[in-house]
Amino acid sequence: MNANTWTIAAARDALRKGEISAVDLTMSCLTAIDAGDALNAFVHKTPELALAQARAADLRIAGGDAPDMCGIPVGIKDVFCTKGVPSQAASHILKGFVPEYESTVTAKLFGAGAVMLGKLNMDEFAMGSSTESSCYGPAVNPWKVDDVLRTPGGSSGGSAAAVAADLCLAATGTDTGGSIRQPAAFTGTVGIKPTYGRVSRWGIIAYASSLDQAGPMTKSVRDAAIFLAAMAGHDPKDSTSANMAVPDFEAALTGDIRGKKIGIPREYRIEGIPAEIDALWTQGREMLRDAGAEIVDISLPHAKYALPAYYVIAPAEASSNLARYDGVRYGHRASLAAGDGITEMYEKTRAEGFGPETQRRIMVGTYVLSAGFYDAYYNRARKVRALIKRDFEQAFAAGIEAILAPATPTSAFGLGEMDQATPVEVYLNDVFTVTANLAGLPGVAVPMGLDGKGLPIGLQLLGRPWDEAGLLNHAYVLERAAGFVAKPDKWW
Amino acid sequence: MSIDIDTARKVAKLARIRVEEAALPKLAEQLSGILGFMEQLNEVDVTGIEPMVSVTPMRLVRRADVVTDGNQQRAVLANAPDAREGFFAVPKVVE
Repeated sequence: MNANTWTIAAARDALRKGEISAVDLTMSCLTAIDAGDALNAFVHKTPELALAQARAADLRIAGGDAPDMCGIPVGIKDVFCTKGVPSQAASHILKGFVPEYESTVTAKLFGAGAVMLGKLNMDEFAMGSSTESSCYGPAVNPWKVDDVLRTPGGSSGGSAAAVAADLCLAATGTDTGGSIRQPAAFTGTVGIKPTYGRVSRWGIIAYASSLDQAGPMTKSVRDAAIFLAAMAGHDPKDSTSANMAVPDFEAALTGDIRGKKIGIPREYRIEGIPAEIDALWTQGREMLRDAGAEIVDISLPHAKYALPAYYVIAPAEASSNLARYDGVRYGHRASLAAGDGITEMYEKTRAEGFGPETQRRIMVGTYVLSAGFYDAYYNRARKVRALIKRDFEQAFAAGIEAILAPATPTSAFGLGEMDQATPVEVYLNDVFTVTANLAGLPGVAVPMGLDGKGLPIGLQLLGRPWDEAGLLNHAYVLERAAGFVAKPDKWW
Repeated sequence: MSIDIDTARKVAKLARIRVEEAALPKLAEQLSGILGFMEQLNEVDVTGIEPMVSVTPMRLVRRADVVTDGNQQRAVLANAPDAREGFFAVPKVVE
């Protein structure tokens, strides 16, 4: 019955009506996962755990007290620490690491009865836009329109590929500079990065702590609302987690956005953006207007500095966070030559364990934080960040409810296509997404259609801080108007 | 800002990442490219702007100064590449 293709909402209703068991639902996903190895999305499979959780979920559903996520089979990005299951953020340096503890997000999901199918591929330490920096090799986009294998985006590329290919009903992702929204756009799926502080970061392997935020990747906006509610909430173990009530996001999906002001930032009209994406942006604007929203041109004058500010701040935080990988407490340790001391152990371990992009970001971060350059780079970037945030605050103060922009500058590119590009050319993938992380705002990518090649393209909505409910309602309107129902042809 | 080979070597040392001499010119070139990209930030007038610390203005939450966790020696050492007699083991540090 192909239950693996269902949405969370459909599966929830079918489970409650007794039309399917959680075990059968889980089995259909496990079968799809085993047939989907060519996608390289699941890198650690946990079928025994999944079936045990599914059996427990069936008992709970029979008992009549099942939360929304009870019995729903999901994939978990490899960046989440999961007790007893390898968690290595797609890095060789964490090879063999099996956490003794459970991340808050996965603990909450399991508490709600969700079923974990396994761990999902990603860029090493979430640094990248293609999953090509993964120690497991790249994940592959299920959308294949010619003889080219394409990236599902990154860093949450395994999550996006798994959801798009119906290997699971939904997956967790994390977003530091666009790592939920860009892969969602590349695979025709929905991805939301919540407001910074909405979801606990405890037990998530850190990249850039002031920017990292976890969120759901799903097949529909309604599923994103259901899944986010199960992930969100205050956690005393994360001092940046907000002590605020979690609204009923699903109940907010009324489809009524009459009179709401939608901002169109003129600075996002960048040179070289494909005509198809620009046309899509215009269409999205018209869809929201037809639904009764008021379209307002706005200016975010510092938006063009978001990318360089991000590539100072994120590596600076990464160089500090990743100092913990020293070959002493967990993960890989290099074999040492006679006479090697502790410094050689650190240097060899980190040279062997980290891939080239991770090494580069650690070194850039080390440089911008070093004596004599701290003010020129790091402090300046933090001041520009304050200005970027102020731009958004001024727009919201003027009554703007949500901001509509493209999600990505292109559709999915081919694996290997960026091999000869400079690091900066690769970083341009994040041009539309990093602003939300710098300003801490919620952002959602919604699939809108296919480009001329037949590849999915999406739009992005940015919302007011803590207004994921309103943001998802706007996304719901776009989703319904666009009517995107295409699925990739199965070739794997 | 251009990074020369000596600076690249120094940064690698500070980051505790071994980089072979032959790889330094390429590393210096890449770091220079990335830092060159950041030079755009110099166009922005940041006079009187405070560097941003956190997204949401909030006081760091305090908790009572009491023991909340502990007695986890086995779990703490479980993933160590080399643990002996209840400790992490490393190459000799003191000469």
